[in-house]
Amino acid sequence: MAIPEPKLRFDTDWTYAPAPESADHARIDPQYGLFIGGEFVAPRARGYFETINPASEKALARVARADARDVDRAVVAARRAYERAWSKLRPAERGKYLYRIARMLQERAREFAVIESLDGGKPIRESRDVDVPLAAAHFFYYAGWADKLEYAFPGRRAAPLGVAGQIIPWNFPLLMAAWKIAPALACGNTVVLKPAETTPLTALKLAELMRDADLPPGVVNVVTGAGDTGAALVEHGGVDKIAFTGSTEIGRLIMRRLAGTGRHYTLELGGKAANIVFADAAIDQAVEGIVNGIFFNQGHVCCAGSRLLVQESVAAEVIAKLKERMETLIVGDPLDKNTDIGAINSAAQLEKIRSYLKIGQAEGGEMYQSSCPLPGAGYWCRPTLFTGVAQSNRVVQEEIFGPVLAIQTFRSFEEALDKANNTPYGLSGGVWTDKGAKIFRMTRAIRAGVVWANTFNKFDPSSPFGGYKESGVGREGGLHGLAAYLELR
Amino acid sequence: MAAAVAPRLPALDQVPRVDEVGVEERVARFCSRSIKKESKVQGLKLALSMIDLTTLEGQDTRGKVTQLCQKAIHLRDSLPGLPHVAAVCVYPTMVGVARRALAGHGIRVASVATAFPSGMAPLSVKLEETRMAVQEGADEVDMVISRGAFLEGNFQYVFDEIVAIKEACGPAHLKVILETGELGTLDRVRRASALAMHAGADFIKTSTGKVQPAATLPVTLVMLQAIRDHYHATGRRIGMKPAGGIAKAKLALHYLVMLRETLGQDWLTPDLFRFGASSLANDILMQIEKQLTGAYQSPDYFSRD
Amino acid sequence: MARRKSPAKSGAGATRAGARLPVAKTYKLYIDGKFPRSESGRYYALARGDGGVIANVCRASRKDFRDAVVAARNAQAGWSRASAYLRGQILYRAAEMLEGRAAQFAAELMLQGSAKRQAEAEVTAAVDRLVYYAGWADKYQQVFSTVNPVATSHFNFSVLEPTGVVAIIAPEKSGLLGLVSNVAPAVAGGNTCVALASRSLPLSAVSFAEVLHASDFPAGVINVLTGFREELVEPFASHMDVNAIVCADLDARGARRVQELAADNIKRVVLRGGTNWSSAAAQGPYAIGDTQETKTTWHPIGA
Repeated sequence: MAIPEPKLRFDTDWTYAPAPESADHARIDPQYGLFIGGEFVAPRARGYFETINPASEKALARVARADARDVDRAVVAARRAYERAWSKLRPAERGKYLYRIARMLQERAREFAVIESLDGGKPIRESRDVDVPLAAAHFFYYAGWADKLEYAFPGRRAAPLGVAGQIIPWNFPLLMAAWKIAPALACGNTVVLKPAETTPLTALKLAELMRDADLPPGVVNVVTGAGDTGAALVEHGGVDKIAFTGSTEIGRLIMRRLAGTGRHYTLELGGKAANIVFADAAIDQAVEGIVNGIFFNQGHVCCAGSRLLVQESVAAEVIAKLKERMETLIVGDPLDKNTDIGAINSAAQLEKIRSYLKIGQAEGGEMYQSSCPLPGAGYWCRPTLFTGVAQSNRVVQEEIFGPVLAIQTFRSFEEALDKANNTPYGLSGGVWTDKGAKIFRMTRAIRAGVVWANTFNKFDPSSPFGGYKESGVGREGGLHGLAAYLELR
Repeated sequence: MAAAVAPRLPALDQVPRVDEVGVEERVARFCSRSIKKESKVQGLKLALSMIDLTTLEGQDTRGKVTQLCQKAIHLRDSLPGLPHVAAVCVYPTMVGVARRALAGHGIRVASVATAFPSGMAPLSVKLEETRMAVQEGADEVDMVISRGAFLEGNFQYVFDEIVAIKEACGPAHLKVILETGELGTLDRVRRASALAMHAGADFIKTSTGKVQPAATLPVTLVMLQAIRDHYHATGRRIGMKPAGGIAKAKLALHYLVMLRETLGQDWLTPDLFRFGASSLANDILMQIEKQLTGAYQSPDYFSRD
Repeated sequence: MARRKSPAKSGAGATRAGARLPVAKTYKLYIDGKFPRSESGRYYALARGDGGVIANVCRASRKDFRDAVVAARNAQAGWSRASAYLRGQILYRAAEMLEGRAAQFAAELMLQGSAKRQAEAEVTAAVDRLVYYAGWADKYQQVFSTVNPVATSHFNFSVLEPTGVVAIIAPEKSGLLGLVSNVAPAVAGGNTCVALASRSLPLSAVSFAEVLHASDFPAGVINVLTGFREELVEPFASHMDVNAIVCADLDARGARRVQELAADNIKRVVLRGGTNWSSAAAQGPYAIGDTQETKTTWHPIGA
């Protein structure tokens, strides 16, 4: 399926000069301790690790590595804050703290966006236009719930759970912190947050911001480290609830660890979403949706539309347009305002993606990558398509978590639906058609927690998010997201 | 080549559907491109070279048109290396005036025709007007489609009319104005674009400038995508002209970003892209001056004709 | 040979000459709308206090469970698409059927050791519970669905959908009401289910299956097994085609094991230990919500 001749040429004489966002006013300390009981403290035993900029492979800061005793300190601080301060506070006052945090985040939005892009590799356009504004919006949304919980669950009385242990991933470091912290605090819980090892900085900056907001000490604690730090948090008996976002593999481990403890958990896990394009779709917007579905945030998105299912009669056209569109995607410096696709988050993740590129080709898939130049240092992956693949191929079945799209064709509605649901995952899905009745039939039949019709990868604090099947348990966002942090009596 | 085949009305129900919200999202992405420094100057000069400097008033006089042509020739003589605008666009009765005023300067003369702006006249009148404009020396004819017939669903009539006008144009290039502000939906814009291109338009153009909304980024994107599809299907490069409401240099750059990322290198030329505008030129000149001097400019320092 | 007593005619053997021998009921499994014996051929004898045998009850095997899950899965698409009104009507029909057989169920409960008043109260409570959930079938969606005011130009709404196939470990000490209290919310919400009856009080579960059978429930929507928890809990919890497991009253060790195994496919685990099934608190729309998924749909608003 080649691009129709004649081809359009995007190697234009007129191009965009570098437009780097200034990093001058983004303050990153050389070293960060653990945020426990309202202050940054040194880790007891395990010292510090470096967090690096994946676009340059240069160190940004040294960050404390928490061991089980550090985690215990944080849990004790959270428990004390829960018992002595947070649970005693009038709900409306809890809400006002959250409003204040939202406002301060808006004030410092540019700084947070820059640090998010430096630490995680995502393009500044996304951290500026998506991550940071949505994080602030999330605090703003849940702030208002704090004193209205009795209206959320008719016939039940809602009570906080206590101390929530929250483990978040590296793909949306600040946004996931907001998704976790805002509803937890609104519902009256206190928090021990474990950011991802490769992207701890914005969570630490958020801790700083919360301190500046005079949030009572211990209400939010941040313990940095790797998987063992997270495991210590899961193991800790003083934690009443674990909220985890990450891989299904780790989610399973957490579920097993929590078995029999009576402790609550919500899990937001992997996905391999089908993005279904019917022949009667608005094709050009569908192509945009496909691009947004798989190349947003370098494809480091659990709900990415990583499986394109396109109806055979328009497959050639859609794929040709997609390839053309990919030629206009700019891969490079995350701080450049014109960058569409930033750096892959870590060397390990790049390695994983590359291994899938090999697997896909070995399985007989035809790989296509755009021709954009890549920077020298740093971790990069061109936007990639696989055609000629099938449900039986690993690149179709497994979550790659990179800018890699597997394309399959279908003939009928039933075939599309069957392929879409033929997965252990069930986080998201997409459907593109101009026919209203077909939209409702398909969106109802897709077994997934979020279905985008004629759009993709949209998020909002008022919109519940979470998966069916192996994509997780529970919802985050909206009224439904409150249930994750409440006991209903 | 398709050119040898008699034009036939395309199956408009086969024209791709358009989702308005998706178009707006895409447009927002173009607008978030950051165009700085040398790329800004280059873009501004390119935009300048694409302007159809326009006066289309009932009160137009030979004097007014002559002055406008002077502006076209002498955009800002103190700034070396500026391109000239692509064309001066006037009513048919002013074509001769513009022709004489622009002689030898490489600036084309465009004339509106076909009972501009409403198009509410019999075909015979439209044909006569078109022939007259071309005889007077118009290099380009900007016709309006019969929106009433289009909205009635009489697509064949609209199509045949364009075919006839195209023939009447002879060697002159034909720009077909869809008057998108009266078509109502992006779906109709897309269909009208396909219809006009198949009928023989050399350019498709958004608006007369007499109806609001005139050119918008979403409408232009839909038309550019129609042009792209037509190119892939036929190999013919059709030009695009957004007209009306484009007064600021920054907005012009947004259009160019959209053009660059939708149609690419081959369309980044006045041969295939125009801005129908009157005050845009001065805003671009002010921006170029600012880029060169570093100081923000005042309109008092830029000639208005 | 075990001495067998008809549950319907408790204690009435045909010992006297000329007396009629009661026809005893064979208690079987309920799978896919049929009443098979366990494929394993195994049974366990349900004993009375005096050591007499009330009935030989099927001791379902892992394979029986597997068959039941297949039936439940096959029934899932149709049942989840059935209108809420229809689901409510069928649940109400079950209530009608149960009411009509109240005496039989009371007698069965008494045979298994309940006092008369207690038995009658349990049956009427079970009828009322069915009516209660029949009423919820077309209402919980309205209580729990939302239209979400997102900031972009999209229509965004969240609705509940059944999680799929639900495995239910019914309460040990509430043979009829406990079973009904866990099965009804699952199927009211469009799930299909496989329930393991109380081991010590299995008779009403099998008889309840007969009620279900007469109540227009499509085959496979509700499947009832009798047997031993200790050998069935693990297959229940580990089956990869089961979406949720409801444990009405498991001991700590059992609950832990269920949760560990449920992790294999991230099953939803619902623990309802400590519930007093005859209390009003044992029912509610939140019990339906326990085996529901929230689906959020986005669509642009434009022309």
